[in-house]
Formats: sequence, C-alpha cells, structure tokens
Amino acid sequence: MAKDEFEKREFKIVGTRVPRPDGLDKVTGRARYGADMSAPGMLFGYCLRSPHAHARIKSIDTSEAEAMPGVKAVVTRADFTHVPASGGTKDILDNVMAGEKALYDGHTVAAVAANSRSAAKAALKAIKVDYEVLPHVTDVDEAMKPGAPELHQGRQQESVPEGFSQNVLARSQYGHGDVDAGFAKADIIVERSFKTAATHQGYIEPHACLASMGNDNQADLFCCTQGHFMVRNTCADIMGMESGRLRVTASEIGGGFGGKTTVFLEPVALMLSKKSGKPVKMTMSRDEVMRASGPTASTSIDIKIGVKKDGTVTAATGDFRYQSGCFYSMNGALGAMCGFAPYDLENLKTVGWEVVTNRPKAAAYRAPGAPMAAFAVESVMDEIAKELGMDPIDLRLLNGAEEGTKAAYGPTYPAIGLKATLKAAKAHPHWSAPLGENQGRGVGCGFWFNFGGNTSVSLMINPDGTVNLSEGNPDIGGSRASMSMMAAEELGIPYEQIRTIVADTASLGENDVTDGSRVTFAVGLATIKAARHAIEIMKGRAAATWGIDADAVEWVDGAAQPAGPNAGKFPPLTLKDIAATMSKTGGPISGHHEANAEGAGVSFGTHICDTEVDPETGAVKILRYTVFQDAGKAVHPDYVEGQLQGGAVQGIGWALNEEYIYGEDGTLQNAGYLDYRIPVASDLPMIEPVILEIPNPGHPYGVRGVGETGIVPPLATIANAVSRAAGVRMTSLPMSPPKLLAAIKAN
Amino acid sequence: MSRIHVNTTINGDAVDYLCEAEDTLLDVLRDQLDLTGSKEGCASGDCGACTVELDGRLVCSCLVLGAEAGGRTVNTIEGMADGDVLHPLQKNFIEKAALQCGICTPGILVAAKNLLDHNPDPSEEEVRYWLAGNLCRCTGYDKIIRAVLDTAAEMRGAA
Ligand code: FES
Ligand code: FES
Repeated sequence: MAKDEFEKREFKIVGTRVPRPDGLDKVTGRARYGADMSAPGMLFGYCLRSPHAHARIKSIDTSEAEAMPGVKAVVTRADFTHVPASGGTKDILDNVMAGEKALYDGHTVAAVAANSRSAAKAALKAIKVDYEVLPHVTDVDEAMKPGAPELHQGRQQESVPEGFSQNVLARSQYGHGDVDAGFAKADIIVERSFKTAATHQGYIEPHACLASMGNDNQADLFCCTQGHFMVRNTCADIMGMESGRLRVTASEIGGGFGGKTTVFLEPVALMLSKKSGKPVKMTMSRDEVMRASGPTASTSIDIKIGVKKDGTVTAATGDFRYQSGCFYSMNGALGAMCGFAPYDLENLKTVGWEVVTNRPKAAAYRAPGAPMAAFAVESVMDEIAKELGMDPIDLRLLNGAEEGTKAAYGPTYPAIGLKATLKAAKAHPHWSAPLGENQGRGVGCGFWFNFGGNTSVSLMINPDGTVNLSEGNPDIGGSRASMSMMAAEELGIPYEQIRTIVADTASLGENDVTDGSRVTFAVGLATIKAARHAIEIMKGRAAATWGIDADAVEWVDGAAQPAGPNAGKFPPLTLKDIAATMSKTGGPISGHHEANAEGAGVSFGTHICDTEVDPETGAVKILRYTVFQDAGKAVHPDYVEGQLQGGAVQGIGWALNEEYIYGEDGTLQNAGYLDYRIPVASDLPMIEPVILEIPNPGHPYGVRGVGETGIVPPLATIANAVSRAAGVRMTSLPMSPPKLLAAIKAN
Repeated sequence: MSRIHVNTTINGDAVDYLCEAEDTLLDVLRDQLDLTGSKEGCASGDCGACTVELDGRLVCSCLVLGAEAGGRTVNTIEGMADGDVLHPLQKNFIEKAALQCGICTPGILVAAKNLLDHNPDPSEEEVRYWLAGNLCRCTGYDKIIRAVLDTAAEMRGAA
C-alpha cells in the first residue's frame, strides 16, 4: 500500500468554487474540439464500413474509386504492412481496418481521402468489396455455447474449461472462505439471474482528428482523445514509426466517459495522409459512432446470496458473463471483482467470463464492468431486505465493508467511506419522505477501484511571478481548474496567477490516459510535488540572497522567510520577488514531478431514488434522486457535484431506455439519438449531490477520484425503486415501458 | 457542379458564400466560414449541438440547407457576446459550472437566450421542456437549468 501522504491542513483555495480557465472559450464557441481544426490544403477522409455482422473479405477493388475526380488516396488493410509489436495493438489495428474478416456491422474495410466531402463520399460508393457472409452471434449466452458461430480460433486462454465455444476467451475467479459451508448456515437463500443490454457512452462529440504525415516519416496529429500519449504510442506501433516522430496534440474533448481511451480514426487518417502527402481530416457521423466505436458490454449474471434471519450474509456467489464485442477486453473479471466489493463477506466466490461476439469491441464506460454487477448484487440484497422486513440501508450497514475488511477482490481496505455514505443516506430527509400511489423508493451501493498511473507535470515560474503548469491529460471536466487550484494552494499564491495547459506529447514526459478517475488524484499529486520542487529551488535562492543556509528558510503564504529567530532577520521574499531576480540568482526556476502514482484510494457511493410507475403504459418517472459519495477531498465542489449528477443521469438512461438493438441479421437497428434515446432535460428532476470527505491516505490533500463511482449504483437503485413501485422484480435492463408493462401484466 | 451564391446576414454582418445544393447551413458555417462554435453531434436534428437562430427562431442548422439562408438573418454562438462583454447567460454558465466538456454549451446557450428573449420568467418545467432538444451527456442538466433560472432572475432584477 502507498505510504501515508495525507497531512491535515486548512485550505485556502482547494474546496472553493473558482471559475474555470477554459470557461470563456467554451461559452463563446472559440474552443477548438476535434472537428474544429483545419489545415491548408486539407483533404477529407471517410471510411467504408461493412454492412454485414460477420463476413470474409474475399477481395476489395478500389481502382474505380482511385480514378474519380478529387480522390487523392484510398487505403485498405493491404496498406498497413507493419505488424504491431504488441498483441493488444494488433487487435486495435484489426478493429480500425478489417483484415481477413469483417467482424461486426460497421467494421471499417477501406477509406478514402479527397479534396471535398462530397468527392470522398462518392468514391466510397465506387469501392467494390466481395464478401462471403458468415453466420453471426451477438448474444453473450448464445456465443458461449459449443457450436456457436466463432469469431477467432486459438485465442482461448487456458483458464477456460472444456465445453465452451472458442468465443469464450477467458475465465477468472475471486473470493475467499467456503461458500458451501456458508450457504448451509443460511436461513434464507435468494438466487436470481439478470441481463443487461449494451449501452453507449453517448458523448456528444463524435470522434474526429486531423493528421499530417510526410514521407520523412514525421507526423502531427490533432484529435479528441482521453489520452494523446496513448494515441501516439498506439499509432506509432501501427504505422511502424518511432513514437518520437509522431507529435499528438489533444483537442478540447467533447465528452469521453472511457469511450475515447483507444483509437479509431487516427491510424487511418495517418495512412491516408502518408499516401496522399496532404493533411487529412476525419470525423465520424453519429451513425458511425454508434456502430463502430466502443460501447459497453452486455451481460448475463447469476447471483446467489444466503443470509441468517438477522440479516447477516453467510455466503454469496456470482457468475458474471460479459460479451465485449469482437476482441478480448477485461470486463467480466471487473464485474466479478466489483459486484460484492461493498460488503464484508466471510464466504464468497465470483467468476468472470470474457466472451467475444459480432459487435464492435467494447471500450471503457465509466467504471467499466461495475454498474451491471452492482445491479445484480444490489437487486438481490433488496429482495432479501424485503423478505426479512428489514430496512435495506440497515441490511447494508450490517454487512458493509469498512477499514480492515478483506475486499471481494483480495486486498484489505484502508480507510473507506461506504458506511459514511449509507449513514448519510439514512439520515437524509429523502429517505423518510412519504411516497404516493404507484411510487417506490430504491437504494443501491457502488464501488470503483480508482487508479493512479504514469504522470508527468512541469511547473514554470515566469519572471513576472506568474506560473504556468503543463499537464499531459486532456481536461474532460474542469481539471485545468483543479490543477491550478492545487498549485496555487501549495505555492501560496492567488489562483489567477496560474495558468494550466494540456501539453502535447513532444513537450512533456509520458502520461497515462485520462481514465480510472485518475487525473485529480495523480496529476494533482504530481502538481503538488512539482510545486514543492519549485519551492525548494526558491528557498535556495532566498537563502543565497541572505547568505544563510537553505535549511534555515521556510515557505509561508507564498514567500520565503527565515525559519525562526536564529536564522537571521530578513524581510520575506515573495514568489514575485524571487522570480524578478531569478536571472541574477542562478537562472530560470521550474519544478517538475514524474511518477507512477500509487495510492489512488477506492471509492464508494450510495444512491436513493424515487420512481413512479404508470401501470397503464409501463412508463417510469424519476421523481427524486440523491447521490452520496466519498470524494476524499473535493478540490472544486462544483465539478465534483457535476460528476455525481452526470453519472447518476447516465445511469438513469442505462436503467430505463438505452440499449443496443441488433436485428436478426446482426446489424444495429438504432444507430442514432432518435432511436437510442439518452435522457433529456424534461425527463429529469434536479439531482441532489451529497459529498462526503473521508481523506484518502494516499494523497497529500486526501483527494480520491470521483468520476466513475457515480454510475455504479444507479442501475440497481432505479431497479429497486421500480420493483417496489410496480410490485414486480425487474431483472432485465433497460426497464423500457413495453418490458415493464409485460412484467406488470404477467404478475 | 455549379454552386449556389448566397447572400445572408450572420451575427449582424452581411456575408456571402458559394455552397453546393446539399450543403447544410451547419456545413457552411463550419467548413466555409470557420464559425466552428456550432457543433455537429448527430446531423439529424436530434442533439441540438448545432442550434442557431434563423430569423429569430431556433433551428437545428444541420437540418437547414445553406442555400435556404439567403436573404435571412442567422445568429450563432459567436454573435452572442457584445464585443468583450459576455451575455449574462454566458457569464453564469462559467460561474455556476453549467458546463463540463462544453460541447453542448453553444447550442444550449443559443436556445436558452432565445427562451429568455421570449419569456423572461420561465418556470423550471418550462426551461426543461424548452431545452429538451439539446442533449447534454455530462452534467445531468441540473446546473444548466439552475444557471438559466438564475440568469432569468438576474436579468429581471436588472431590467
Ligand atoms: S447536429 Fe444538428 S441536431 Fe445534432
Ligand atoms: S457539458 Fe458535455 S455534453 Fe454538455
């Protein structure tokens, strides 16, 4: 476990609600997102996509397209001659440009660059692809059966037992104790099976990039991504170029939620640019985003929980079967690790399965794998509470994890906030407010690991005493503000004196992608340490100016001062003073910090929701919603609240409406916002966020990541509310009106 | 293919451009006039990221042809501030954290301004229904609705 970094302190800036530095650009339309950049002489690139769910590509004839007016380059898989060094990158190449087979409806098989959008689109129609259509499978349980249409051969890991199709790539197991003995001690055992549909992150900004590559094998790429260093490393491996020759600049990003943690268009744009000798811009349509980016897994889950009459859980098991599209992705294992993480269990066994189907490869979606697992586990807990006649919060408090609990996925928890969120929920007026006819209240808990990872930060003191901070993580929801706040706090200077930018890949050391809720934690930690580094240098300059020992100088409120009366009597030197004379005291001053950050600090949340079910139509209305989450320390409370509110509403969409619908032919039937309906303003009430602050021992200010946990409890919370309102247990998501109405009628 | 010559007024300025018959107003704004503040989220009228005013009425610019703007008045997010003075909605969206990623923000601001121009005292429900055609995936709408209601109150106070 990470060493104890946390020190209690009084904050001056952290915890306030300052305006964000990128706000003005974003309210005036000036901010440049992925599709907003152009280059002189730029071409437009478009992809030709498979209309089949599963097909062998027998041949591709591009000659007619190449001869069309305005067309400057056509690429197919044959142009990607370099074999990527990493197996994961090989899968990414197979995903961004199909090899021998098209594996899903929407899989790219060729691409065109032309001097106008219309010329490029016309050329796509002239490409002739000869397909041999193959049988397909899109359902996880079907895909696992022997005899199912198989996507790949020879990729099954040894962990998979006999008797499954080749689509089952991996099996993993977690737990401790003896579940058989535990179930033997139970007074009540509840066993249920659940299904959840695949959903999409639904970021409003489609993928977009602008690539410029010359025959000197140097390239520049501008794109919307959650991690431009990842883009650089992946694209360089695909293109067979040295990563230092590819400079990637992250645009402003119009939402990601995990979906922009990989590449789709970027290698194709680079290849089109290389072949045409011109900059190439590519943008996805919404239809392409839905069919061919990275939605989440669909699942099939079995849960069994045994309890004594007083509510103590004696044993639990879970089988988590996740399909993650056409390539390996760790999702089922994450479900198996997270589902029971809020509980202190003596006997537990969970199994996770990774299954491939003829769907686009899943990408991360906010706490990937966890929301569906929580839906299943928390639904059974709710049923148990009902059967015991127990308050569902009391049942969770009785069995809840706390400091010292052995977690469902192995380690022992340090200080955690689960019970604090449960107690806050129970004490909140929402929990005891009266309910009307056809209304029901649900509660649910959720867990996410959080992550630290590779981080580089550089902090420059300018001669006039202003400060620039360079970080390497795209700002997906206010992180430049948070970084400036933490740097200002540490340096003891006003927030306005600092400007934070997101540097390109050639200007800063390696940074992992913006994922795992890592940025405020890890980049914040590096920012604080870079500031401390700069402070040490400034203390040295002050010491030299005064002719005293550097150890005899301390940094207080943005100034160096002698530490105590023995150090000598000198008036303090402020950061501005030291900056003004830096060229005479030793030259430029900057601090930096590089680390693979550990100690991210796990996160828990509890949600409460009231719903009203219309028994005539099966429609559900969300009446009231309250989120309780442990943020460690909320650096910028507005943006923490925004994460909790946004996560809850994405969860509401997932629970009630959103689903990938595949037809008999394996093609996606609802590739657009009209038929894949995400929540709109008129669907919702205000979402009340309650932030708890249980300091994370692994961060100097106690910060924990907050971005992902908020989407874990809602599926279960809403299902529990709907099940109580309708008087029938809902085990399949989404709880769309026809499905709910059928369940009410069947009851 | 012959292109169509269009004379129009955008954000108060007389503008002319040549466009192909199938080019949408959004394509023209973004590709030709470099007014990239209006965003394309769907190109099918379902997300509102491309919202502009056409002769004072809200439209999805992805559903209007570039040729149709001839002789009419178009207002985009780029015209919302008065020089360096932000519209109160813009100011409050920053102050009240009504944006996270900000991609939906231009469309929502244009739509919200149009609402307040017509109805200076909307209820929460009216704001929610007025903005129901503008998708935001980040915020859960809470802080957006509050910022619009607070701005309305502020502007009524100032009037
Ligand atoms: S881009 Fe026009 S409504 Fe979505
Ligand atoms: S702030 Fe990201 S979509 Fe609204």
